Amino acid sequence: MAETSFLTDDFLGQLISVGEVDILVGVPTHNNAKTISSIVETIQAGILTFFPRERAAIINADGGSRDGTRQLVMSAAIGDAQSRSKLYALRTLRSISTEYASSPASGAALRTILAAAELLRAKACAVISPESTQITPDWLAALLRPIYAETFDLVLPTYRRHRFDGILLTNLLYPMTRALYGLEIREPSALEFAFSGRLGSQFLAQNAWHEETAQVGSEIQFTLAAIAGGYRICQSFLGAKEHVGRHSADLVPAMRQTVGALFSSLEPNFSVWNAKTGSQPIPTTGAEQEFSLEPLRINRKRLREMFSVGVAELESVFQSILSPSTLGELQRIAALEEDSFSYSAELWVKTVYEFAAAYRKSVISRDHIIQALAPLFRGRAFTFLVENRNGSAANVEDDIEALCLEFERLKPYLLKIWNGRE
Amino acid sequence: MWEMIVSELTQAMGDLARGFAHILPRIIVVVIMALVGWVVAYLAKVILRSILRLIKFDRLSENAGASQLLTKAALPSATDLLCRFVFWLAWLGFILLGVRVLGIVGLQEQIAKFFLFLPRLFVALLIMFFGLLLATFLARAALLAAVNANFPSPRLLSVSVRTIIIIFVLSMAFEEVGVAEQTMLVAFGVAFGAMMLGLAIAFGTGGKELAQQFLEKRFVHGRKDDGKEDELSPL
Repeated sequence: MAETSFLTDDFLGQLISVGEVDILVGVPTHNNAKTISSIVETIQAGILTFFPRERAAIINADGGSRDGTRQLVMSAAIGDAQSRSKLYALRTLRSISTEYASSPASGAALRTILAAAELLRAKACAVISPESTQITPDWLAALLRPIYAETFDLVLPTYRRHRFDGILLTNLLYPMTRALYGLEIREPSALEFAFSGRLGSQFLAQNAWHEETAQVGSEIQFTLAAIAGGYRICQSFLGAKEHVGRHSADLVPAMRQTVGALFSSLEPNFSVWNAKTGSQPIPTTGAEQEFSLEPLRINRKRLREMFSVGVAELESVFQSILSPSTLGELQRIAALEEDSFSYSAELWVKTVYEFAAAYRKSVISRDHIIQALAPLFRGRAFTFLVENRNGSAANVEDDIEALCLEFERLKPYLLKIWNGRE
Repeated sequence: MWEMIVSELTQAMGDLARGFAHILPRIIVVVIMALVGWVVAYLAKVILRSILRLIKFDRLSENAGASQLLTKAALPSATDLLCRFVFWLAWLGFILLGVRVLGIVGLQEQIAKFFLFLPRLFVALLIMFFGLLLATFLARAALLAAVNANFPSPRLLSVSVRTIIIIFVLSMAFEEVGVAEQTMLVAFGVAFGAMMLGLAIAFGTGGKELAQQFLEKRFVHGRKDDGKEDELSPL
């Protein structure tokens, strides 16, 4: 059993009073008072509907909320959910809340949930984001059943998204993870997922929690640990996805959380990904991915301007990271007019791979490398938006597929620069 | 008369010979010290070079921006420069120790002062190196933050950060070696004050709208969403 000394005595006492459970649902929070009540009620309804015979617990790991989030979790009484849904649990359903730190950290929150799951000997655990306002009770079944009834170890979600939502995911995280690890996982950094007790315990024991890298991007690290450990992974379609409180201005923190974590995992997992070629689909329940096509008013001009300014202003930084040919090509397209501007898939993939190699070699501060990628990503996002401006869902899917294949085709290039031969 | 001259000359030659015989062992000691010093200095240089290569000192120097400065000044690499510095410092130290044996009045005091000065010189060089490292890091951090925040003139901001830190580091280094302490302190105060005043005036006159936008965005809620554009979530 992993060390649990980081848990407070009060929290340990609450866990002991619960005993053992079959199902555990973890909800990491930080100032989520607006949404948390409805989310906890939906979780309760999901458990009552789909797992009435199982012993279950809801664990809230809070990162120092000051808006009464914890109180709202604790006050979401099971009786209310029972009277609303007209369903009754045959076993216990407890809600426990703990403050793991005075400031939020996704790694620390996940660690708390994993430790609780291990102490309660939970067979299946789900993590639900407090920002998922469109959650329905079905989500619990979709996430937990493959673990509880079909012996999968990790269930990742797929969603119905707007075609331009999650461009970082569709243009970098999904294609790169797929190309490197050979599995077509659509949401490698999902905020909702479910896992088996044995995967949770293995990640809890092996992850270097004291290191800074373990504290950010723990979701994608969890996925990569499951791939590296050869665990059984599947996907479940959950429905529409719309997270509150996320904006384009959050790009750099989002890149730190996801791209930084992906890059930092490449070195320890080198033996896992270096020999893999191509990719394979993984078992998926429901649609693999759906796109909605409502029109959006997006300031594309601003994206391209920020790309061009970034290329011009950060030249000295890029000289340390990129090859002269890639930098030269970026400078060429940065000077193009908006109508003729195109950040091709090949150039984008080479850029990302050179950034990954530079990250490994720490040519400059690793955090600065991730920050320097943000303006270039804006250029790629501009091209993606323009190419799919009038595209159907099938066109968008084809575009993403073509990018994935480009990441796979250029994987030898990454291996070449990884070993410092270019 | 002639005999007197011969006698004086003989006595003078005798004194000279005795004096030379008296000082010869000391000169030999100086020569030996210089030779031993050269060997020790050379060994120190070789060992230091290996250590610096092992810890990739040139990469550190490149990151600090010191390598670029050295290249512009047509100087060798940071590792080479430091090794040469240590070699000459060690050899000079041994030579001066040897010279001390000669017992020349006044020189001993100067040599003692030189040896007392060495630790301060070393600390000043360390301040310079790490100061340059910090200046480069923070200037790059400011540049990246400004570019990603779509801040106007990001390079100006970055250069300002770098300049302020370098001025601060230089004043600290000069204070450490005791060169023009008061002058440097006053110069730093004047330069820093002038820069801050200049920035304040420039922001106040040229950036009124920017300041207004910033304050509105920061404190006036409700005006932010004018319904002009939709936000894209990266994840």
